[in-house]
Amino acid sequence: MTNTRKTQLAFATIAGLLLIIGFAQSWNVSLGILNLCLISAVMALGVNMQWGYAGLLNVGVMGFAALGGVSAVLVSQAPVVEAWNASWGRMLIAAICFAGTVAGAIFTYRKLAPGRNRNLALTLVIVVGLALTRIFLDPAISSIEAIEPAKTGFLGGMGLPIILSWIFGGVVAAGIAWCIGKVALGLRADYLAIATLGISEIIIAVLKNEDWLTRGVKNVTGLSRPVPYEIDLQTSPWFIDLIRWWHGSTLDRLTDDAQQQALKQFVIDGSSIFVKLCYTGLFATVLVIVLWLSVRALNSPWGRMMRAIRDNEIAAGAMGKDVTRRHLEIFIIGSAVIGVAGAMLTTLDGQFTPTSYQPLRFTFLIWVMVIVGGSGNNMGSVLGGFLIWLVWIEAEPVGVWLMQVGTGWLDESSALRMHLIENAQHMRLFFMGLVLLLVLRFSPGGILPEVVRKR
Amino acid sequence: MEALTDLVSALVLILNFIVVPGLSYGSQLALGALGITLVFGILRFANFAHGDTMAFGTMTTILVTWWLQAQGISLGPLPTALLALPVGILFTVLLLVITDKTVYRYYRHHKAVPVTFMIASMGVMFMTNGIVRFVIGPNDQRFLDGERFIVRARDFKAMTGLDEGLSIKVSQGLTIVIAIILVALLFWFLQKTRTGKAMRAYSDNEDLALLSGVDPDRVVLVTWIITAILATIAGTLYGLDKSFKPFTYLQLLLPMFAAAIVGGIGNPIGAILGGYVIAFSEVMVTYAYKKVFIYLLPQSLEPEGLMQLLSTDYKFAVSFVILVLVLLVRPTGILRGKVL
Amino acid sequence: MSFLSGVDMVGGYGGADILKGCTIEVDEGEIAVIVGPNGAGKSTAMKALLGMLDLKQGEIRFRGKDISGLTPQDRIAEGIAFVPQTNNVFTSMTVYENLEMGAFLRDDDISATVEQIYELFPILAEKRGQLAGELSGGQRQQVAVARALMSQPEVLMLDEPTAGVSPIVMDELFDRILEVREAGVAILMVEQNARQALHIADRGYVLVIGENRHTDTGAALLADPEVRRSFLGG
Repeated sequence: MTNTRKTQLAFATIAGLLLIIGFAQSWNVSLGILNLCLISAVMALGVNMQWGYAGLLNVGVMGFAALGGVSAVLVSQAPVVEAWNASWGRMLIAAICFAGTVAGAIFTYRKLAPGRNRNLALTLVIVVGLALTRIFLDPAISSIEAIEPAKTGFLGGMGLPIILSWIFGGVVAAGIAWCIGKVALGLRADYLAIATLGISEIIIAVLKNEDWLTRGVKNVTGLSRPVPYEIDLQTSPWFIDLIRWWHGSTLDRLTDDAQQQALKQFVIDGSSIFVKLCYTGLFATVLVIVLWLSVRALNSPWGRMMRAIRDNEIAAGAMGKDVTRRHLEIFIIGSAVIGVAGAMLTTLDGQFTPTSYQPLRFTFLIWVMVIVGGSGNNMGSVLGGFLIWLVWIEAEPVGVWLMQVGTGWLDESSALRMHLIENAQHMRLFFMGLVLLLVLRFSPGGILPEVVRKR
Repeated sequence: MEALTDLVSALVLILNFIVVPGLSYGSQLALGALGITLVFGILRFANFAHGDTMAFGTMTTILVTWWLQAQGISLGPLPTALLALPVGILFTVLLLVITDKTVYRYYRHHKAVPVTFMIASMGVMFMTNGIVRFVIGPNDQRFLDGERFIVRARDFKAMTGLDEGLSIKVSQGLTIVIAIILVALLFWFLQKTRTGKAMRAYSDNEDLALLSGVDPDRVVLVTWIITAILATIAGTLYGLDKSFKPFTYLQLLLPMFAAAIVGGIGNPIGAILGGYVIAFSEVMVTYAYKKVFIYLLPQSLEPEGLMQLLSTDYKFAVSFVILVLVLLVRPTGILRGKVL
Repeated sequence: MSFLSGVDMVGGYGGADILKGCTIEVDEGEIAVIVGPNGAGKSTAMKALLGMLDLKQGEIRFRGKDISGLTPQDRIAEGIAFVPQTNNVFTSMTVYENLEMGAFLRDDDISATVEQIYELFPILAEKRGQLAGELSGGQRQQVAVARALMSQPEVLMLDEPTAGVSPIVMDELFDRILEVREAGVAILMVEQNARQALHIADRGYVLVIGENRHTDTGAALLADPEVRRSFLGG
């Protein structure tokens, strides 16, 4: 079967599954899954750029996604004016101290000859600089966190439309990727993996604990939306008319009283579906743009060079390609895409909860998507994003159901049965691992393997 | 006289809050990092499943402990878990041998690149994690019984007349003692036995080891068995000392990797050294030194803040920063790595 | 029929054939040397005897028995030892441990063999506790040969043992190899330093693009004007 046929078949299958879920469960659920599928696909595209194009192992997907998430907060939340008023002076000095420390460290590193003296000087600059920073930062933080801790207790954001955070999130993720790439690229491949694993844990730790910036584990809820609110729709005449028209034939058959009742219900259901559809439109637009750019990039001379480097770093290096620099580029771009997806996810959730970032869900699941879909193939990653998310979501009810059927012979109240049913949800981790291993072993190219152009 | 008491009090504080916890946490990390470094030295990949191997070993140990407790069997002052350890080890050996036969062996025979092994280990991690959560659930489990303390803070105060107490938990004492015994046994094995030498030779120069008649399958098998022993014991000790929660074990991956790399990956002495370096840095950087300074400095100079460099929530950051520093300054680690 | 022989060997590492029907033989108490230009397949021929590549054609016989089906490990167990050109010692292990690894497959007491080795290479006795990675190039080469001898092989194969060592060390190494021959071991060497190697060779093979070009005693090859002109630089 050719890749094109396979692609068509695979996406048709997914569409079919979503339709089945729509009819069997509800359209709300189906669209909810579809939206997360779209986000997963974007995230998988980002990982695919790093792994599929360049062979870079980024095990810190979670961290970059969380950076996107916090960007949504920082862009969309209204600034907390009292907090700014109470702290801006100290904050400014602290920021200057910090910038000075960084500049001083770089200066020392560049100016002094390598050796013990440089290390000592560097340590001194950093320790003194950070101590100074903290002298101003600590009181500033307490003054910020003292202001209405139950409601705000942080600086707030920029009060801009949340959709801008999708770009901002990408930029922030790219910046952090630059820092980590500078350190870890050019070393052995497994060191990048471990370094990214580390940076993602630290990003989460910062987001959880720097309350003045992110409210930490108190979470930020009620983020603004790029799409209308259900409650507004339900009172808009145009929306009610739309629903009346859509369900016209059903409504006509009912008596006046029942008609009113039914319409009310239809409007409520319809509003949440409408909102989800708006999100679908936005996410699909982003996905199409990223996908289009990816395909263009992969088939450009730049993309060919990337793959050449991936397949034989030494030969590419010998031909004068700056391998580390190219790796840095692709690492930054891929991380930015993950950041965009992270911002989209937080936008969809409408809230930012640092504790929800778990490596199994945000790093390793994305990896399963890329490997299963087909590393190096953009359509493959999209497919993997859709397929694996679907399986991941539906595995839970299916697993519980299977366990209920499978343990039917046990007594209703048996402790073993209760335990098995209660913990059935965790088996999806097991199956994800199994799927990953099976694909890796028996079909290492994934469902849609990379297309190698023949001459 | 008072100056002397103050000095001793400060020392006791440091002993109680830095040295004892650092030693026990360092021993746990060292045992974990040893497993990572052994797999790296012999199979040549960074094993992402190691944290979950530890969780699996601890889980089986806990289950057996509960069973023993239900039977009314105990070890008196020592935790019953020690009695359950051999069974836990057995199951973990089984798990690792099965994963090797079903997963890694194929790639070994096909001379796959290390990255492929690493991704395969992620799959194994998922599966192990799923099994652990399925069997014992994602929540905290406590299984410590027997005596709680070797030295109680209250007793110590009464005995010495100091204001500061020193407490050593049984789990901490056990960790340190068992770690020393285990490390000694491991080194004896690697240095003195035929199989141990074969492992070192295989790690040093695979081709030449094969030319000398070393059986690679046997070396790999023994490596997994030792890894299982180390992982189960490290995990159980960590669980006794703190508590058992599957997710925590996944998070231990980072400090363990850091310990292995900082010490020089593939080098067992390096792994131990790295374990203590990481543990002590974490403890020292996140400890609030206020009281120490109160004892040491004249009243006029008493510090206002907690004198804490970083909040405890950032302990992962500490291992990471050390890791990055080592990667920048000396990528091979403190002791040159890459061989057993 | 010789003690160890590879007859009409054809094969390579996948891709094009490197060996195109060459024959290499060696007898007990004899030194056979393979010389020839770069890319002639000298090392490949030796590796074929050891079983490190799949032959399409030809057979390997050892003590009159066909060993073509055996893995390299099995052939080593049969009494063939091999000293690779590079990475031929365990750098992180002591000299003594290197010797022990050489005797890995032996179950008997190795102390007598160790003493013999120390007699043959006195410097190793002196450095027995040192890590092999800390030794000089020539000393490492001695460790490498000694490691191979520890299995008490009947055939010793050396892949360019003198590559990268000084002329003095080379002469010494050849002297040692001659001593090993006295013990009745069959020795097969690949050498870049063709002239010196042929001097000690009982049998010489000149290989060119995977085929035997000249085969004779070492002395005869040294005397052959064509060999001298083409391969020994006049």
